[in-house]
Amino acid sequence: MLQETRALHPVRRRGWKGWFAVRKRHLGYVAFALNRLTGLGLVLYLIIHLVVLSMLARGPETWDAFIELAKSPAFLLLDVILLAGILFHGLNGLRVILVGLGIGVHRHKELFWGLMLLAAILFIFGAWGFLVV
Amino acid sequence: MSEQKVTFRVFRYKQGDTAPHYDTFTVTVNERTTVLEALQAIRRDQDGTLVIRHSCHHASCGTCGMRVNGKEVLACVTNVLELGTPTVTVEPLQNAPLISDLVVDMGPFYETFSQAHLPFVRRSEYLPDAEVAEGVPFHMRFESCIECGLCVSACPVVASDAEYLGPAALAAVWRVVQEPRGTEVPPLLDWVNSEHGCWRCHVALECSEVCPSNVDPGGNIMALRQELVRRALGLSHG
Repeated sequence: MLQETRALHPVRRRGWKGWFAVRKRHLGYVAFALNRLTGLGLVLYLIIHLVVLSMLARGPETWDAFIELAKSPAFLLLDVILLAGILFHGLNGLRVILVGLGIGVHRHKELFWGLMLLAAILFIFGAWGFLVV
Repeated sequence: MSEQKVTFRVFRYKQGDTAPHYDTFTVTVNERTTVLEALQAIRRDQDGTLVIRHSCHHASCGTCGMRVNGKEVLACVTNVLELGTPTVTVEPLQNAPLISDLVVDMGPFYETFSQAHLPFVRRSEYLPDAEVAEGVPFHMRFESCIECGLCVSACPVVASDAEYLGPAALAAVWRVVQEPRGTEVPPLLDWVNSEHGCWRCHVALECSEVCPSNVDPGGNIMALRQELVRRALGLSHG
């Protein structure tokens, strides 16, 4: 009888949208949401990357034309965005691994900001390398 | 004591409704008014059909858990004016079957939680030097978890994985591992050592942020993982 009654009750479950419902949430939740977002972005990049590599099979003209496009400022800006995603996902992922193993659980916010400082430094160097050098 | 009017935007849903909606009420509050008291005033003076659940009024029973301005709280100890917003939005907990308005069915939560076999009382860690009466082995206190379900509502993994055991049950298992008191620990560890058990947590740790009793479910889940690793490596003697 209880089960029958329950079947009538809707469950307010946000599903994957709940991952990104960061309003009023704390740092760990925001980091979780960004990790998901950057993870999805990196998967998308991987697919695009494989599609681009398939151009090699179409001959040198096609590939050379793509390389010209890849050197354009707009494309280099996409590389910079990719770098930001990689750095965030990688270094926050390191935090998740450490905390997930019980290391620094109650210092996870300090760990996050420390690793993000490292990410920012690496990003500045990397972006400078992409856009200036 | 100064008074002022505050607008409450309250989630409404009745069985058979096609979709929930929000009703707006204006309530006169003072510096001491809690969200629960304001909701009781709405029910008493403006709309007797508003369904709320409460009992103790002092954060012990865990029955008035709800979302206030998007954050899981116990309404009985949430001061209205300290929220600092002219409109206070009140919604039921997430990730639980909705019964009516602000009340959710805690049955599924209790079913999972009870599988941890957590006793109601524990050995007290407070005042270790306090004198113990003759015939009493040690001081006891109630367990910290008040089974309010705030952690389950706040968890983003529960939002997308209905089979996930959830932070409350996992934290309860860790308490039993810490202090078994006759409970068989290995079956419990087998239960949580699964895809939808403690390994499912993705370290958002919002559970520990919203917990009103300092249970620290997130920390307990990580402690469970460490224990499982220790046992897998043959390093645990428990």
